[in-house]
Amino acid sequence: MSDVTKMTAVQIAGLIASGEASAVEVATAHLDRIAAVDERVHAFLHVDREGALAAAAEVDAKRSRGEELGPLAGVPVAVKDVIATRGVPTTAASKILEGWKPPYDATIVERLRAAGTVSLGKTNMDEFAMGSSTEYSAYGPTNNPWDLGRIPGGSGGGSAASLAAYEAPLAIGTDTGGSIRQPGAVTGTVGAKPTYGGTSRYGLIAFSSSLDTPGPCARTVEDAALLHAAIAGHDPRDSTSIPQPVPDVVAAARRGATGDLTGVKLGLVKEFSGEGAEAGVTAAFRESVEALVKLGAEVVEISCPHFEYALPAYYLIAPSEASSNLARFDSVRYGLRVGDDGNRSLEEVMSLTREAGFGPEVKRRIILGTYALSSGYYDAYYGQAQKVRTLITRDFTKAFEQVDVLISPTTPFVAFPFGSRTSDPYQMYLADLYTIPTNLYGGPAISVPCGLSEGLPVGLQVMAPTMADDRMYRVAAALESAVGTFTPPEL
Amino acid sequence: MAAISREEVAHLARLSRLAVTDEELDRFAGQLDVILQSVARIGDVAADDIPPTSHSVPLTNVYRDDVVQPSLKQEDVLAGAPDAAEGRFRVPRILDEEE
Repeated sequence: MSDVTKMTAVQIAGLIASGEASAVEVATAHLDRIAAVDERVHAFLHVDREGALAAAAEVDAKRSRGEELGPLAGVPVAVKDVIATRGVPTTAASKILEGWKPPYDATIVERLRAAGTVSLGKTNMDEFAMGSSTEYSAYGPTNNPWDLGRIPGGSGGGSAASLAAYEAPLAIGTDTGGSIRQPGAVTGTVGAKPTYGGTSRYGLIAFSSSLDTPGPCARTVEDAALLHAAIAGHDPRDSTSIPQPVPDVVAAARRGATGDLTGVKLGLVKEFSGEGAEAGVTAAFRESVEALVKLGAEVVEISCPHFEYALPAYYLIAPSEASSNLARFDSVRYGLRVGDDGNRSLEEVMSLTREAGFGPEVKRRIILGTYALSSGYYDAYYGQAQKVRTLITRDFTKAFEQVDVLISPTTPFVAFPFGSRTSDPYQMYLADLYTIPTNLYGGPAISVPCGLSEGLPVGLQVMAPTMADDRMYRVAAALESAVGTFTPPEL
Repeated sequence: MAAISREEVAHLARLSRLAVTDEELDRFAGQLDVILQSVARIGDVAADDIPPTSHSVPLTNVYRDDVVQPSLKQEDVLAGAPDAAEGRFRVPRILDEEE
């Protein structure tokens, strides 16, 4: 048998279904790969060897009983550490949750199990999903398999790196401002943010509740679509879950893979196609647009005049919601408690715990959010940001009257060296310049590898209307069929 | 002029229950000032007559039937607590002794 760790999820599921490989063999191969390379990559915060082998054995038992297996049965998956997994450490890469084992599973985790996937463990990330490089993980950064001296993107850098390092064929991420798509772009992998409300937030450690969206990460568009289909759909435990059927993203990906985009109208976001991006990113993007035209797509330029205000609006809305959400880390019900010497008051212990347990970016955002919500500043900052959110939504709505999807580069720059953007937090925020508008609007978007710039991957982003997730998969799969996939150097 | 002062940051940290150090206050005040100067330009957008959007899903009042469902076991929930006693979360004193 050739190396299963280099295979797609579709190929792995095929081997298991036909009996050419057992799920336990597949899980073991991936666990061995993690043992061999993760010291250098550090994609995982926790490897659940025992749990993975047990889940795989269950799939094998099911098969031997002749029970029907789903399309992802036996396929290993890595899960971002911001998602609650019962009995398995879940820290959100924060010291404040070190060693915490949730007493329940996120809906996504339940659905992964029901699909027969095999969870390998929990992946590294920026603390509480705040960051674009994993440098804000309290447990040390993840290294990009393309160049171990560079960032793997963030916040979901561990999930994306686990794919690029062939430690897992599938991974789960969460996207609040680009945390699935930007890591996908800089690691040469595929990352999709579903429609907000299309995937359940139940069991996600909340960062910004009106924006947080879990979604699939994979090495191919079809694999991402299969994972999307496995986790998406209405969940009564999430009050913002959309009670509608999920579009058939798998069929759309397969249709796109035929390489025919005749009749599809693509909108090039005028504000995101010139200045601000690195020359190599712009060049790879433009070549991809030409490739899409050759596949039959029609391309028109679309102006979205309020997109330039998305980044400032986001950095008021997301920290505001975070300052409220992170109030739950109060040293009472779970996680860290510091300074409880029998004399100090609850309030003192709380302040000492939060000071010791949160990292610098989390503290900055809590303070920023508290500021934006405080009386006297609320109207000028949070209130105005919410109005800008309306205007950005209108830009999208208007654009989708003229085109089927919008396209742009995923992020303005390729993977940057560690330490190059940490001293000035705003320089880090610019990594999400192109991904944030979608989060404010709520629609779906996908990043697909489109080329290389000086040997490092570049991603192209496809943005679609709310609940039209299938459209982005079709276009992304078509582009993949034209430009191929990109393989990092051997580790 | 700075958008935010060191004193304001200290006040916000207190409101946020963060016992920040002097060194952090110095650093955060400078960094938050840069961030606030950068985001302040959303004030340039004329939006007086624009309704705010708090959420992208236009759902209000999602109801479900009130059906009894199993809940988590008390011992499982308390297992993750920093301190527990007699089936409850144990916390440091909340009131001053003279109160």
